[in-house]
Amino acid sequence: MEGKKTPLYEEHIKAGGKMVDFCSWLLPIQYPAGIVKEHIHTRTAVSLFDVSHMGEILVEGPGAYDFVQYLVTNDISKIKDGRAVYSPFCYENGTCVDDLLVYPYLNGNILLVVNAANVEKDYAWISKNAPEGVSVKNVSDQWAQLALQGPEAAKVMTACGMDEVNRLGFFGAGFYTFCGASCIISKTGYTGERGFEIYLPPEKAAEAWRLLLKKGAVPAGLGARDTLRFEACLPLYGHEISEEITPLEAGLQYFVKPEKNFIGRDAMLGKPNARKQIGLEFLGRGIPRAGFEVYVNGERAGYVTTGSPSPSTGKALALAIVEGDSPKDGDYTIMVRGKLEPAKIVSTPFYKKNK
Amino acid sequence: MSKVLEGLYYSNEHEWVRLEGDVGYIGISDHAQEALGDIVYVDPGAEGAVLAKGDTAAVLESVKAASDVYTPVSGTVTAVNSELINAPERINQDAYGNYIFAVKLSDLSELSGLMDASAYEAFCQGEH
Repeated sequence: MEGKKTPLYEEHIKAGGKMVDFCSWLLPIQYPAGIVKEHIHTRTAVSLFDVSHMGEILVEGPGAYDFVQYLVTNDISKIKDGRAVYSPFCYENGTCVDDLLVYPYLNGNILLVVNAANVEKDYAWISKNAPEGVSVKNVSDQWAQLALQGPEAAKVMTACGMDEVNRLGFFGAGFYTFCGASCIISKTGYTGERGFEIYLPPEKAAEAWRLLLKKGAVPAGLGARDTLRFEACLPLYGHEISEEITPLEAGLQYFVKPEKNFIGRDAMLGKPNARKQIGLEFLGRGIPRAGFEVYVNGERAGYVTTGSPSPSTGKALALAIVEGDSPKDGDYTIMVRGKLEPAKIVSTPFYKKNK
Repeated sequence: MSKVLEGLYYSNEHEWVRLEGDVGYIGISDHAQEALGDIVYVDPGAEGAVLAKGDTAAVLESVKAASDVYTPVSGTVTAVNSELINAPERINQDAYGNYIFAVKLSDLSELSGLMDASAYEAFCQGEH
């Protein structure tokens, strides 16, 4: 199989990872335990994910803050308090370029963490829009990334001698020394569980991986990463958000601050007949999948953006984008293998941690 | 290494046939269940369905994708393993011990077009 290897490739092979091509990276979709067990283990204990394929873009210069504030839809002022900020960012027409995390970096500079699928596109877009005096660098190959996720994540960090990160608030971020290297650690994640994302030099990644496993984490792959984020109703680019979907249509209103100016603001807010996101519990035969058509009261209303079995709820669930006026109490069906199968609207997120 | 059981007929779509008289009990191989990953849904098909060799007889859904199960032989479905509906994971646990559907063969000569255990084992190796 062809593809780029992360610094953890040999560790995945050692652990019996079933490798797949993901955005031209070789990563494990699962290990021998399987997606369902890895998913449940993340919700009940703690899992370790290799997410080194994510991209990192460094924005530097005295105008960096104002530029990023204009680039993204959310208010980034919390980075001044040592917090990471989640935000979509948009084209002039209000649809999504990608979503990302904004991190406070050194000397007032800013590190943006973007999706693997969009690194080149994002880097080109951000560079193109940066004003004079702001430099934009693709530093993705300077960073490996691990995600430690689950209720036991804090215990593992303590066991690694990193108890200080447990004092971070939700989305808190900072520089720490881990495995003898300067790392960024944030209390963030893509699973709906408590945990940490660790950004570290690639040459330290394998050592950190082995240490975290020794202290109790269990490896989990991309398959579980997707079912976990889906249950938590976290968007995936190319599904819930895309070049054809605005953040508002994707249910991301909370991360859009219309009181400030940002690229795509007017178009997004002025969009006539905007669509909306709904959550559906599937009651029929099979499993609803991305792209399957959604009907309400017999009329086509939209399509599934992500559909999957949900290991934590035992149900088959779907997120869908539908016409904005689709009635909540309508009769929803999903076209599966040529037949309209029953579904019903349920509230999102499908899974919420009892904190 | 996935298990390959002696005494069964195998198709190049990774189904196995266990012949009992003129009824073939059909499931998927250990290689196939491993490739699919966790199976979360089974539609074992319908009793009485008249199938031609190669028709879709049943549907499996793993976490990531749907997978058709084809019948390697023509005939009428005499039984479906409805226990799998509430326990789809049994196929992962024991691929050969859990048939999915059974077909009363209309043409026993079709069996000669299927592989025996060693031919199937070689077939699986060749696929990599």
